[in-house]
Amino acid sequence: MALLQLSEPGQTPDPHQRRIAIGIDLGTTHSLVASVRNGASECLPDDQGRVLLPSVVRYLEGGRTKIGFDALADQVEDPCSTISSVKRFMGRGIDDIGNREHMPYQFIDKPGMVVLQTTAGEKSPVEVSAEILASLRQRAEDTFDDDIYGVVITVPAYFDDAQRQATKDAAQLARLNVLRLINEPTAAAIAYGLDNASTGVYAVYDLGGGTFDISILRLTQGVFEVVSTGGDSALGGDDYDRALVDWVLAKGGVTSDTLTASDKAMLLKTARACKEALSTAPHVPFSVRLSKALINFEMKAEDFEAASAQLTQRTLSAVRKALRDAGLNRDEIDGVVMVGGSTRMPQVRQAVATFFGREPLTNLNPDEVVALGAAISANQLAGNNTGADLLLLDVIPLSLGVETMGGLVERIVPRNQTIPTAMAQDFTTYQDGQTALALHVVQGERDLVADCRSLARFELRGIPPMVAGAARIRVTFTVDADGLLSVNAKEQVSGVEARIDVKPSYGLSDDEIAQMLQDSFSTAQQDMKSRALVEAQVDADRMILAIQSALAADADLLCADERTQVERLIIVLAEARRNNDAAGIEAATQSLAKGTEAFAAQRMNRGIQKALAGKNIESV
Amino acid sequence: MQLDARWKKLQHEAHPDKFAAQGPAAQRLAMQWSVRINEAYQRLKNPLRRASYLCELHGAPINAENNTAMPGDFLMQQMEWREALDAADSMENLNEIALEAKLNGHKLLLKIEKFLDAEKDFAKAAQQVRSLMFIERFVDEVDDRIDLMQP
Repeated sequence: MALLQLSEPGQTPDPHQRRIAIGIDLGTTHSLVASVRNGASECLPDDQGRVLLPSVVRYLEGGRTKIGFDALADQVEDPCSTISSVKRFMGRGIDDIGNREHMPYQFIDKPGMVVLQTTAGEKSPVEVSAEILASLRQRAEDTFDDDIYGVVITVPAYFDDAQRQATKDAAQLARLNVLRLINEPTAAAIAYGLDNASTGVYAVYDLGGGTFDISILRLTQGVFEVVSTGGDSALGGDDYDRALVDWVLAKGGVTSDTLTASDKAMLLKTARACKEALSTAPHVPFSVRLSKALINFEMKAEDFEAASAQLTQRTLSAVRKALRDAGLNRDEIDGVVMVGGSTRMPQVRQAVATFFGREPLTNLNPDEVVALGAAISANQLAGNNTGADLLLLDVIPLSLGVETMGGLVERIVPRNQTIPTAMAQDFTTYQDGQTALALHVVQGERDLVADCRSLARFELRGIPPMVAGAARIRVTFTVDADGLLSVNAKEQVSGVEARIDVKPSYGLSDDEIAQMLQDSFSTAQQDMKSRALVEAQVDADRMILAIQSALAADADLLCADERTQVERLIIVLAEARRNNDAAGIEAATQSLAKGTEAFAAQRMNRGIQKALAGKNIESV
Repeated sequence: MQLDARWKKLQHEAHPDKFAAQGPAAQRLAMQWSVRINEAYQRLKNPLRRASYLCELHGAPINAENNTAMPGDFLMQQMEWREALDAADSMENLNEIALEAKLNGHKLLLKIEKFLDAEKDFAKAAQQVRSLMFIERFVDEVDDRIDLMQP
């Protein structure tokens, strides 16, 4: 038997074992990838030294794509097949998408999520996002000349379950191992908090290209506790562009029905450039040649401010609500952090400064700060010991509930509850002899089901016939640390059970993802096989290492027999690892994991007991 | 403050993120622990929920849904508030109503504290907890109205 190396628990045994972990900010207008290198988090540039990747994908004939700057340049030439701001369509049905008439795309109404018609056929927003993620994965692989162990992807705090699930699906499609989805403001706070060693209550104001988030966080020694969060998942810099276009069209006397798809793309492009220029200049020319008209005049900063004032006000009313949910007044905030490229607009900075009565912090680049924080978190989740012991305690942004009689919502998990969380509510039958119960899971703050987002429908069947009101059906909502929901329903008397991971009604089914994966990678079969083998071997090594350090630390929890059994399983796995058969290795890894489950539970209990030791009930 | 620190310390031990590198089985377990810890924290953090829990522990369950009998004068006051809320048409009106309800809630909480800690009369405390639940729901409704008023 080969001698296995033992290492100090919690330490990486050898530099080659360091796992490459990356953080990705998948943004509406642009995306970034960052990683911790030599102890510091930094954004990875492309081969031309640019860290921003425009979130634009152009589909060409024959299944080829252009991504990023190359695609951005084609927006006016090929507006229908050059997709930008796809984040706005993630997990969204066609009716959820506002301002459709402003966009050059051909939307196709599909149950669950909208689909876009392109030169290369129908593309779902998940597929478009996967192209962007795959491009960033490639960039990271090239940078490190190595495989990527895992990724932390950021999502707006205000994303609902369908949008989060869609993001996770896109990562899977891009063959990324998602360690965690974290909220963008939380990521920004990590980047700021660790840099400035701050403690206190902070407000993170995050105005991106297409989303607005406000989070109130309490920072204490490496703990990032989100106290409350709010926002608007359809409000961002894009809306400021559109407000500018509307203002320009109204002033020029042009109606939007005379515009072609290229006109629309051209107007938005000019508006964006004009908006950016107005961040530093009091007035700039707005000049654009449309198919039926010529627009040319001087745009003044104060006109833009007036045209967009309503949008800025909308962000502030979300801020007020988040403060109320946190039970705090605006003067109790110790600092305000500005995140997102749109916070470069002077009118936004001014409005936030006036609201809080203090100058906001802007010392980190607002475009990069989210990716930097995500990379720090990824590095820690991958088990690379960084010294910094950080803990994220995030909350669920929107309440979860089920539909009851009359189309009303019964709330089960209230918003701003710390996750992970599990909450239960009992329901009963309303007819004699009723044997099934339909459950409709919704997310949102409104009282009527029609005003909330429908997440899933499922049925609990096989309830034994009883008189109305006798059955006790306990519905449990479990929200994991990523903010993803699963629902479980159980009739307490008979034990009949039904369970659903909230997925099919929005997002993609597992079969659909498997199909897409196969379609895109069928030519790379061999590649996948060797990849699978390497992955299985890496997993096996990691497992053996973890168990051995556990044995070294807590061997006394096991009796001699149990210990022999565990050691036997390790030897079996070590044997399997030497045969180049991925399936065999996976099976042996599985049995080792299963065989040590009880041991893991005991260890964890010991850990908790240690933390609880010496405390009586009152002080707990 | 002490509760807060304790909660964070426990989550430091049990949060699933601390087990991200140790496979799905460990993470599942960690998640169960983490959920329990959050549940305990939620119960103890909010004074009303903590009071209900203490009543329950001492054999005086709240059972709000089956136990709707309220003293007459309390119901009268509730009706007056609701009428005032229906009639309110300005921010000042709403703020006044919210303030009065919150003050009442605070007084009630002090009463509950006395029943629980000094007099150990848990049945009486439970009765007041039920009243306070009404008031908190009312305060939420007023706050929702204030939200609608704001731009």
